[in-house]
Amino acid sequence: MSNLGTDRVKRGMAEMQKGGVIMDVVNAEQAKLAEEAGAVAVMALERVPSDIRAAGGVARMADPTIVEEVMNAVSIPVMAKARIGHIVEARVLEAMGVDYIDESEVLTPADEVYHLNKADYTVPFVCGCRDLGEASRRIGEGASMLRTKGEPGTGNIVEAVRHMREVQSQIRKLIGMSQDEVMTFAKELGAPYNVLLEIKEKGRLPVVNFAAGGVATPADAALMMQLGADGVFVGSGIFKSDNPEKFAKAVVEATTHYEDYELIGQISKGLGTAMKGIEIGTIAPENRMQDRGW
Amino acid sequence: MMKIGVLGLQGAVREHVRSIEASGAEGIIVKKKEQLEEIDGLILPGGESTTMRRLIDKYGFFDALVEFGNQGKPIFGTCAGLILLAGEIAGQENAHLKLMDIKVERNAFGRQRESFEAELPIKGVGEGFNAVFIRAPYIVDVNENVDVLAVYNDAIVAARQGHFLCSAFHPELTDDDRMTAYFVKMVEESLKELAS
Repeated sequence: MSNLGTDRVKRGMAEMQKGGVIMDVVNAEQAKLAEEAGAVAVMALERVPSDIRAAGGVARMADPTIVEEVMNAVSIPVMAKARIGHIVEARVLEAMGVDYIDESEVLTPADEVYHLNKADYTVPFVCGCRDLGEASRRIGEGASMLRTKGEPGTGNIVEAVRHMREVQSQIRKLIGMSQDEVMTFAKELGAPYNVLLEIKEKGRLPVVNFAAGGVATPADAALMMQLGADGVFVGSGIFKSDNPEKFAKAVVEATTHYEDYELIGQISKGLGTAMKGIEIGTIAPENRMQDRGW
Repeated sequence: MMKIGVLGLQGAVREHVRSIEASGAEGIIVKKKEQLEEIDGLILPGGESTTMRRLIDKYGFFDALVEFGNQGKPIFGTCAGLILLAGEIAGQENAHLKLMDIKVERNAFGRQRESFEAELPIKGVGEGFNAVFIRAPYIVDVNENVDVLAVYNDAIVAARQGHFLCSAFHPELTDDDRMTAYFVKMVEESLKELAS
């Protein structure tokens, strides 16, 4: 009589995260700090994106010890990253009982042609997107949640803004189209036709869409909410700042009250230095994480 | 028209507003405690209870919410909202609003991979209700003044105590608005009572 892992249960889990902040953590101590600050979930990693970027080499799924340590430390949901197309990493994380898997471009892809067939799994997936075509392909594969990619580990919001604006403007364009224009739009975007029809009918994406990749201040988080994000992922921003505890709380508040500028001004006072950040133009094309994914 | 608020600090707020409006009342997203004065009933939505509690404290909502309940105004808590209403939480020293005489266990059905849907009869609401359980809590114990409305595998998953209603599942995630309609009716009755 009961059904596990249905679309409604998988997508619904992401609905419960709306208006919240999901924070990258690398150990139990950081996870507890994130939970205490009001994070709606944590992403358990071996290294935050900026450290992955600095270290170079191949980035893989975190050591299960770390994921387990974080799962034992907090009562909020725990997410973990698997490499794009890495069926076994994803199955291992599912078997461990993580609450959400991020098939993530932050890690080095395991497959340069295919993504995971996420509809096959009981555990829900979140995937990155830069435009409506990519968003629709991931939904077509069974992603239950999306996040715009931005450029992870840079502390620079510009790419996150570009991707969120692109997705939102393409949705608006789709809604305004007549039915007979949708197939050609699907062809142009490389998007599954049926997913576009569903988006057109609903007037929005059928899954929650968070912003990610470059959020470095409370104002950045509020900006992404104003541009239409359902919530925010903060990767390197929190634990690379001077005062992670204060910073984490401020980002949570700015995400909840993203239109209360007086409040955002107040909570932005004396936060110390945010992460240094990287100008996108200085990143060599082969080091751009956002271009991973097909 | 009756005004029913949805606490809008975090979680599935939009879905509840849709369901309220489908049930013939006006849905209002409550982000500031002053807004509680404008509404006749309140829904505490699903989301992360630890996050909501932190934001409740941060914005001085705590006393205002308890006061709202003590005035006899109806409150409906779903999932995280149920946890907020509970008088006792298993394994934790402190509970939150303590408005209902129930003891709950968080994530009692397990983690996300154990999340499920099931068809349930709900007393006073109807048969075959599609209940969506997501990392859901359940009620392990109730006081005798609490009316148990639904049970799944011996676990209490919906209950009512006077003008307080709670469910461990998410009625807002389906198009079946019977549970919300039940709450809207509770608000209607409370308005008559408070007026007399």
